[in-house]
Amino acid sequence: MSDATFPSTVSGKPIRRKLSRDDIIMRGSMIVIGLYLLITMIFPLYAMLSKSFSTYTFDLAGYEIQVSDETGTNFNEPVTFADLNNTLSVLTESDLSAGSDGRLSVTQFFPDFSFRSSVNYRIRNTSATGRFLVGSTLNDTTDWVELDSNTFRRVQLRPVEARGIDNFRTYFGTPALSNSIKNSVMIATISTIITVFLAFWFAYALNCSCMRFKGFFRLVAMAPILVPSLLPGIALVYLFGNQGMLKELLFGASIYGPIGIIIGSVFFTFPHAFLIISTALSISDARLYEASVVLRGSSWRTFWTVTIPGARYGLVSAAFVVFNLVITDFGLPKVIGGQFNVLAVDIYKQVIGQQNFEMGAVVSVILILPAIVAFAIDRLVQSKQVALLSARSVPYRPSPKAELDWALFGFSSLVATFIIGILGVCQFAALVKFWPYDLSFSLNNYQFERMDGGGWGSYLNSIKLGLLTAAIGTAVIFFGAYLVEKSNGFRTGRTVFQMFAMLPMAIPGMVLGLSYIFFFNNPSNPFYFIYGTMAILVVSTVTHFYTVSHLTATTALQQMDREFESVSASLKQPTLKLFRRVTVPVSMPAIMDISIYLFVNAMTTVSAVVFLYSPKTSLASIAVLNMDDAGDIAPAAAMGMMIFYTNTAARIVHLIASRGILQRTQAWRSR
Amino acid sequence: MATLKRAALVGAALAALMSSAAFAETELTVYTAVEAEDLARYAAKFNETHPDITINWVRDSTGVITAKLLAERDNPQADAIWGLAATSLLLLKSEGMLEPYAPSGVENLDRKFVDGDNPPAWVGMDAWVASVCFNTVEAEKLGLEAPTSWQDLTDEQYRGHVIMPNPASSGTGFLDVSSWLQIFGEDGGWEYMDALHQNIARYTHSGSAPCKLAAAGEIPIGVSFAFRGAKSKADGAPLDIIVPSEGVGWDMEATAIVAGTDALEAAQSLVDFSVTREANEMYNVGYAVVAYPGVAQPVEHFPENLLSAMIDNDFEFAANNRAAILAEWSSRYDGKSDPK
Repeated sequence: MSDATFPSTVSGKPIRRKLSRDDIIMRGSMIVIGLYLLITMIFPLYAMLSKSFSTYTFDLAGYEIQVSDETGTNFNEPVTFADLNNTLSVLTESDLSAGSDGRLSVTQFFPDFSFRSSVNYRIRNTSATGRFLVGSTLNDTTDWVELDSNTFRRVQLRPVEARGIDNFRTYFGTPALSNSIKNSVMIATISTIITVFLAFWFAYALNCSCMRFKGFFRLVAMAPILVPSLLPGIALVYLFGNQGMLKELLFGASIYGPIGIIIGSVFFTFPHAFLIISTALSISDARLYEASVVLRGSSWRTFWTVTIPGARYGLVSAAFVVFNLVITDFGLPKVIGGQFNVLAVDIYKQVIGQQNFEMGAVVSVILILPAIVAFAIDRLVQSKQVALLSARSVPYRPSPKAELDWALFGFSSLVATFIIGILGVCQFAALVKFWPYDLSFSLNNYQFERMDGGGWGSYLNSIKLGLLTAAIGTAVIFFGAYLVEKSNGFRTGRTVFQMFAMLPMAIPGMVLGLSYIFFFNNPSNPFYFIYGTMAILVVSTVTHFYTVSHLTATTALQQMDREFESVSASLKQPTLKLFRRVTVPVSMPAIMDISIYLFVNAMTTVSAVVFLYSPKTSLASIAVLNMDDAGDIAPAAAMGMMIFYTNTAARIVHLIASRGILQRTQAWRSR
Repeated sequence: MATLKRAALVGAALAALMSSAAFAETELTVYTAVEAEDLARYAAKFNETHPDITINWVRDSTGVITAKLLAERDNPQADAIWGLAATSLLLLKSEGMLEPYAPSGVENLDRKFVDGDNPPAWVGMDAWVASVCFNTVEAEKLGLEAPTSWQDLTDEQYRGHVIMPNPASSGTGFLDVSSWLQIFGEDGGWEYMDALHQNIARYTHSGSAPCKLAAAGEIPIGVSFAFRGAKSKADGAPLDIIVPSEGVGWDMEATAIVAGTDALEAAQSLVDFSVTREANEMYNVGYAVVAYPGVAQPVEHFPENLLSAMIDNDFEFAANNRAAILAEWSSRYDGKSDPK
């Protein structure tokens, strides 16, 4: 119709395609979902960044003071504390920066101060913004306050708000805080090396050997995804704690600290690494192996020249994913970290323990950096991996080698024992009455109403959150992906949208949650009303897990030919009808995958919601955290296992439902 | 957007209807850190005498509710606070957020439980008191003697066998630290903690965890609070609850009116009620020490000499120096990645 083919260089203005009603709807929807991401991610992150630069300083020039002689009635000329400090230099610039709850005692400006002397003091704010305390009574007017010496020593100056990089200076000047960077990087690196090593051999056993029970091993390897990351920590307490069943194995070392964090991290990151490496190995090209055999390469040589290079992108990608998961994880180091400080727990301690939101924001900004670097490298590597697979590749089929197969079987059995063992210990601990003094079985630990954490209500809340996240998240994410993939023109908008959609992957859950406090917990924000409700939990969970779901959806949509859109346009059918009648049914497998992914993660996530739940919307994963925090470890294990069983059940339901739905919607695939 | 507007309109209409239907009712927004299961009981008891006042609870943990109140400093949402730590209320007082009020009958309370100013900015309800939970079974296995004082806990034999809450995240931990600074003096207090740190296995986030861990035998000695110990002992844990001879720190839950409330009268009736004998009997269900002398019923396994061992706590010192104490504490003990 309006597709003009005239060269546009003739006139000054390029000829633009007229937007159809359909295009407008598509672009409008894209803008709406783009706005959603803007509000649920970009704005909060900006609010957090700005919070990290919000500082408090003592404004010494903001107070005037008069001192009397011994008679207590003749006062000298008013001076400010700034004047006094200039002559005495008791405080340096850095002493003046403070937190929001900072207090500065004033007697240090008077070297010959004695609380018994008869000298009287007068003090006032020079401006209406100044604040000081007498005892705990606030004075914020500019009136003079006269005090005797004994009362004067109770005067405390309060800081005023300012902006600057003082928070960062304090952070790096406080070893207790900045050591966490080193600690976090260290445990993430060690966990990454161990996990990738184990996951590689496990994936190798499943893809490149003929050992038995592969299906069983594959199932077991995926189990850790179904539990919160703090559950392995609880199991480790029972295994290697001071009353642990196997504590002799540690030879006196303490499980509370880096050892515990690393073992637990290996457990919960294993499935992620395994999946990625397994995918990389499964597309290895049989022709290369044949070539190696023809060239009489030993199997050792084949391994190093064919297998490893083929999987190298998978290995690198797995390494960065694991690194990212470990460094941003909060639940596990909270449970088993002991005195070993890491960044994610520091955020929690600053915010929940000390209400020092500014410092929490600073640690968040620091935590984002390694996460973003790891994420960027991972994206780069993954884009290369796709290029390896060519249309002529022949899938590799391993041939039996008894010795190797049995060795790999032994190795896989060890890994499987580790995973099942951790889960089994938790279930056992949950059923024992009072470890270690009364080993009889009881269901006492399931009486969640008697503990902190919200009782069975929090379990129901979690299921509600899971279902809502799955339903709403899948709809929003899939539709968003559809708009990006299938709409015409509007290139800038699509690029920006795509960028927004990739960003959540790089933002640690803790950081996202904290930034929500800064953004949403603000009465002047029009969305203030969702604060403290289930809605904000759904929003934060959907946003936190947006990227993987988005990628799943786009991959599925890319497999669909764009011809569908053209055909529907020539038939004058609205795109949304095509979306409903063709795209959604065809993409059903991907949609099902996204919804189960969102459900499972909503059940297990702690970090994305720990700052956002309210007493009415407490969650099962949070209950595990809080019960463990209060020392009720056995009930925490019980609740953790409830999450495991729920997720397992959800997986089974998903499997059955998939089969039914796929039979109906995917019949066209078979002829 | 349109539906939102409509919802707002309907809401406004409903609110108007309700307020005209029951104009005698006063709604009171009360912030609290009291356990959720106790709230209904408290409100019901209050409504027996004040049926015309409806309490809208906003409940969260002490730290969160304090942060929320501070964040709302310029635009307070609460009318009153019923059941928040005194150290938190002192922070609010120093922000000028509390309306001083002397409830009728305040003179009946133990003086320790009332703010020093006249009229007081807050009045106390009940207290939780520090104690040491000592697992006798594990101690025997390890050959540990029972400590009798704070000073004893620094003894070589307890190395790695003591656990206490981190004062930066736990109110109970902070009251321990501030009490040691008061008992031993500033320098002596830090010296004491230096020595104690040698024996600490680790610092927990929560205040009740050390006692529960002692009860489970994980760490034989837990610095926690007495009521928690009594509960664990009642559950069958092999615990002794030790009251150190130098005296023990404590903090209390208290009630206050938020300055600027438009329901001042109702808030005052709430505070009046909160100091009555009946109210204190009600607090006694969950707390062993209450503000009204002679009300407290003995709690099973609760140490008898505890009341006399409570130190003369200087809350003003604790509140005004909190930031400085925590900074000092963190730089001394938190930075070490490994306790050894």
